[in-house]
Amino acid sequence: MNTIVKETTTAIRATLLFAFVLCGIYPVIIWGASQLLFPHQANGSLIEGSDRKIVGSEWLGQNFTGAKYFHPRPSAAGANGYDAANSSGSNLGPTSKKFIDSVKERVSDYRTENGLAADALVPGDAVTASGSGLDPHISPKNALLQIPRVARERGLGVDYVKSEIAKATDRPSLGILGEAGVNVLKLNLALDAVTPKK
Amino acid sequence: MNTSGWIQLILFTAALLVTAKPLGLYLCKVLDVNGKTFLDPVIKPIERMTYKLTGVDPRDEHDWKRYATAMLLFSLVSMLFTYAILRLQAVLPLNPQKLAAVGEHLSFNTAASFTTNTNWQSYGGESTMSYLSQMVALTIHNFASAAVGIGIAAALVRGIARHTSQTIGNFWVDLTRVTYYLLLPLCVVFAVVLVSQGMIQNFKPYDSAALTEVVKAQVEKKNAAGETVKDAEGKPVTEEQVTDTQSIVQGPMASQVAIKMLGTNGGGYTNANAAQPFENPTPLSNFLQMFAIFLIPSALTYFLGRSVKNQGHGWAVWTAMFVLFFAGVMVAAHYEAAGNPNLTALGVDPADGNMEGKEVRFGIFNSALFATVTTDASCGAVNSMHDSFTPMGGLVPLLNIELGEVVFGGVGAGLYGMLIYVVIAVFIAGLMVGRTPEYLGKKIEPKDVKMASFVILILAFSILGFAGWASVSKMGAPDATGALTDGTNNSGPHGFSEILYAYSSATGNNGSAFAGLTANAPWYDTTLGLATLFGRFAMIVPILALAGSLARKKLIAESAGTFPVSGPLFTGLLVGTVLLVGALTFVPALVLGPVVEHFLMHAGNQF
Repeated sequence: MNTIVKETTTAIRATLLFAFVLCGIYPVIIWGASQLLFPHQANGSLIEGSDRKIVGSEWLGQNFTGAKYFHPRPSAAGANGYDAANSSGSNLGPTSKKFIDSVKERVSDYRTENGLAADALVPGDAVTASGSGLDPHISPKNALLQIPRVARERGLGVDYVKSEIAKATDRPSLGILGEAGVNVLKLNLALDAVTPKK
Repeated sequence: MNTSGWIQLILFTAALLVTAKPLGLYLCKVLDVNGKTFLDPVIKPIERMTYKLTGVDPRDEHDWKRYATAMLLFSLVSMLFTYAILRLQAVLPLNPQKLAAVGEHLSFNTAASFTTNTNWQSYGGESTMSYLSQMVALTIHNFASAAVGIGIAAALVRGIARHTSQTIGNFWVDLTRVTYYLLLPLCVVFAVVLVSQGMIQNFKPYDSAALTEVVKAQVEKKNAAGETVKDAEGKPVTEEQVTDTQSIVQGPMASQVAIKMLGTNGGGYTNANAAQPFENPTPLSNFLQMFAIFLIPSALTYFLGRSVKNQGHGWAVWTAMFVLFFAGVMVAAHYEAAGNPNLTALGVDPADGNMEGKEVRFGIFNSALFATVTTDASCGAVNSMHDSFTPMGGLVPLLNIELGEVVFGGVGAGLYGMLIYVVIAVFIAGLMVGRTPEYLGKKIEPKDVKMASFVILILAFSILGFAGWASVSKMGAPDATGALTDGTNNSGPHGFSEILYAYSSATGNNGSAFAGLTANAPWYDTTLGLATLFGRFAMIVPILALAGSLARKKLIAESAGTFPVSGPLFTGLLVGTVLLVGALTFVPALVLGPVVEHFLMHAGNQF
């Protein structure tokens, strides 16, 4: 019985002490170091518009449906997609009727929007929802297929739009890790900057 | 698998191989109360102060019963601590989003899940947990449960290495030294590196971004009570909802994510876990997070070899783990790259593989690799949604968990789990040649085999028992009409897989999910919470008993009939034992879920 009492006392003291060190001092040290060394990243890699208002984060995708914009991937985050306070995938399985029906609709929409042939292959990322629902990227292949529409709507040259895509492309880390992706928000903001919205 | 996949896999393996020895040697010092490390000048005073404040005499060594008592009491107290913070969240500070108190059953589930190193999450982090809850209630267990796991593994290794000894170490010393000398320094470095990649670390409220394109959507109109408003014909009334801002999650994320990976906890700061771009911004952060999962478990095999003075044994265990890891990656990557024939039929490019639930920056290979690593270990962080994997791609994580997460495994938990299989393997080898089984100079007696078998059986009992019960019940959240549902997001065999995965993950203390299952309902929260407790403590206690039993034994001289525990023959036997025991137990359930779904998918069936 003495052992139990003694060990319980130690357990209570240890919990409080570790809470102080690991949950108080440690995160504050990391906070200090991050704000000092990498303030931009530590605060959410925010993008500011011309009037210093926040227009988004480099890492969080936003929805774009207008014809003059590059379109991101379908999103299952929140009721209307791209809700950054409710990150989520669809969690639909490969034999789900609901899933396959929605892909069918997206494939047909994608072909119509981008003027593709009825039997043209559609990029996988263009018709599937990402894991987070906030994927900032689309595949380079997906971006290429959207060029003619965006260039026409904005009255820009295809080559110019291509060069903007190249600028907004995140290459694999260290040249080998992961896949290349085109950051849709950065790309659309860059295009808006040369062809004003209205 | 393409060339880039192979190069990444080789890089990953090389990183594990290079670090196993140096970190293993460092672990030997950390897990010895008299060990000297290069961090002593900074940490020794803090360590001494900790013993003083907690009333621990570091020179005391305890038998297995005292070790187990201390471990259980610490787990109980810290679990109550977390429960209390979650229930009181609304009145505690550091809650800029004014989030409400966490409910009773969800608080129980979360407290149990984090105490047991499971980190199953029935909630979405960014919409449920205040900064204080994330940083204190949850993070304390990310450290403590990892340190406890490593301590238990060290106690078992001491039991194997010692002879005619009553004691197996001091729980408080292991807890303190692992936390201060191992986890904390690694986390400080890792967290800052993660921030450099784009992870957040701040204490400001969520930002609001003005959307470039305003989104308009028709949604069902709700009245003040949250019920759908219906017109005269009983159809729901819709209204236009305009979204012109995006709420940007903020908070102390990096400090939590560093220990989440290094401590194989896996509980995400956000709902989408390591798929959420802040929580895993670049392929480099992704690589480092996967490496962080395996880093300590891999080095622990070196610690084992060094402690029992048989480095060949340590490497044989490492190799057995690697073989199982490699096989898992191959299968998962193959089936995810092969994609979904139902989508190919619609005109989706088959070269892109199964991209549902995956992020573009990681692609197929890094999603399959992450899924294998996180379930080989008891981590449970995910960078893609396992629920949307192809049936066979999703079978890999499920089977990994059901094998007991012994492929490198959770920090400490992987090693002690694998050592249970080692005991069973030498027992089988002994039976085959008709000798009393021996392990490193110790006779393995019926009592020891009973303890090892108990550990294996509790896994099967909890997973299959609960999953069977849930499959024939309707115990999930109620639907719109108020009737109880089974809580699944998918129908047909995939729905069963969701339930089976949930109890496998909880019992295995993994924490990943086929996340379509809505588990935040009283019955699921409670049974899953209980499964995490069974899976942790009903295993650790017999393991400590085994450690105590082994420590007491006399050494016997090696003879010509002694079965060697190093080399390819032993590695093969160990891999065979893991697969045989796992396969015998779980194949029937796996056939009902992923296997049958695989064939139905190819036949074009939809549910």
